[in-house]
Amino acid sequence: MNSVVEAKKSLYGLTLNELSFVVKGEGLQSFTAKQIADWLYKKDVTSIDQMTNLSKKSREQLEEKYQIGLSEHIKVQQSADGTKKYLFKIGNDKFVEAAYIPETDRATLCVSTQTGCKMGCLFCMTGKQGFQGNLSTKEILNQLRSIPEFRTVSNLVYMGMGEPFDNLDNVLSSLEILTSDWGYGWSPKRITVSSIGIIPAMLTFLEKSNCHLAISLHNPFDDERRQLMPIQNVYPIHKVIEEIKKADLGRQQRVSFEYIMFDGINDTDRHIKEMGKLLNGLKCRVNLIRFHQVEGSPLKGTPDTRIIEFRNALTAKGIFTTVRASRGQDIQAACGLLSTKELNKKSNQS
Amino acid sequence: MIAPSAYILKFRRKFKFSAGQVVGLGVNTALEPRLYSIASSEDDEFVEILYTEKLDGQLTPMLSLLKNGDKLLVTQPFGTFTDYSESAVFIATGTGIAPFISAIKSRKVSNVSLIHGVRACDYFYYSDMLKERLGKNYIQCCTGFASSEHFDGRVTKYLKEFPVNPNKKYYLCGVAEMVVDARDILISKGVPFGNIISEIYF
Repeated sequence: MNSVVEAKKSLYGLTLNELSFVVKGEGLQSFTAKQIADWLYKKDVTSIDQMTNLSKKSREQLEEKYQIGLSEHIKVQQSADGTKKYLFKIGNDKFVEAAYIPETDRATLCVSTQTGCKMGCLFCMTGKQGFQGNLSTKEILNQLRSIPEFRTVSNLVYMGMGEPFDNLDNVLSSLEILTSDWGYGWSPKRITVSSIGIIPAMLTFLEKSNCHLAISLHNPFDDERRQLMPIQNVYPIHKVIEEIKKADLGRQQRVSFEYIMFDGINDTDRHIKEMGKLLNGLKCRVNLIRFHQVEGSPLKGTPDTRIIEFRNALTAKGIFTTVRASRGQDIQAACGLLSTKELNKKSNQS
Repeated sequence: MIAPSAYILKFRRKFKFSAGQVVGLGVNTALEPRLYSIASSEDDEFVEILYTEKLDGQLTPMLSLLKNGDKLLVTQPFGTFTDYSESAVFIATGTGIAPFISAIKSRKVSNVSLIHGVRACDYFYYSDMLKERLGKNYIQCCTGFASSEHFDGRVTKYLKEFPVNPNKKYYLCGVAEMVVDARDILISKGVPFGNIISEIYF
């Protein structure tokens, strides 16, 4: 695979509707759009010339203006536990990360949706880069398509760099390509989109997608959560949950809440009690996440013994609670670290 | 227009709000409303929205074309960036000053300091009112050119160079990069993170 040549437009990452515009613009038969989608998303071609059920003339015509548009990762780090972190270059000077996490019965890929992030959460490394831009649909999907483990990935989580609901159009297009019959044909059950809870975008997502939703909760108290997550000032968590309770979720659609455990900050009995109140009546799962302290952070991770107590207490309240296994600690697999280093390296060179 | 590509949009107030709240604005229903902090007083007859026009933006070029009497879609005000403590320190860049202007005009705070960072002096919005109300507690930071009238550099440079009081409450509003950097500096200077409340643009 060659790096993207920006002069030509990319076919990869286009929805069937968008491909129909392309073929119409080129004066090709309308059914060609479906054929191209088939080559792109089922047969994994890397050049237009490989689309052999298109006439040679049509292929040459397309090649004048278009390319497939895939781009390889520029760096990979591998953890002792098998977790891999891929770094992709976006444009000339931006970077995003994707983390591949193999387990015995599944392999999960965590993808990014933005370079940097606007949300400014206190505990997040990505936020320290500021916001640089939205990823296109192609750039989101390329993180899956261009890794060697592409066809072994069983689950996709939108939990990498950036806030997916701040780039909703491209996220929805990527989900359409992943889950449509003409696309990759994945079950929506294999995909989870994680957000801090931008309510209007979340409601659009719930209306248009059957993929799972994960909300970054991290503290059930409004006043405390806004110290961690500025978004709380605009979309308070209790309003986010109210909207989820009102939403007409698909039968298979699952809602989960991410909860990073901070020592003495959000792991007390008071928090357990409030979590019980907040999530009362909502069929959901809480996923407790260990926090691995980064330099300069005022936050520390909760000890494992307390995490287990917290999990047990929530479970006793009828809330299905799991503790996420820490993976890739030796390569700092938490999102934002590798790309921040790369960004710093680049700015030091210039 | 109050400065190059910076505007104040005014419309008659038909709701009650608290200083620091936002409204969603739109010119049609095809686009999702975009959120803006209100910059006027809670008692003013007209609501003022401070914004900069982004040429590649979806909404702001259309806002700038609006004429007196044109239709504007406005949501009810909402948001909780509203409870400011006495002796607070407000830190903003660019149009991020809007919620603090509203709080100061509404006289919801007294004895506050305001540190405002801009790229050129034209963007020191409402500076006459702020000089009058805050006196020496109004600190202008400008990256555009050096002058004895203002601090030469970003607000983050100002925070690094001058002492901060860890017991005060700090309220930040602006682009995420400034908010994150300023918060890190304040924390490194001993301000508990619980004393730092941020509002971000998105």
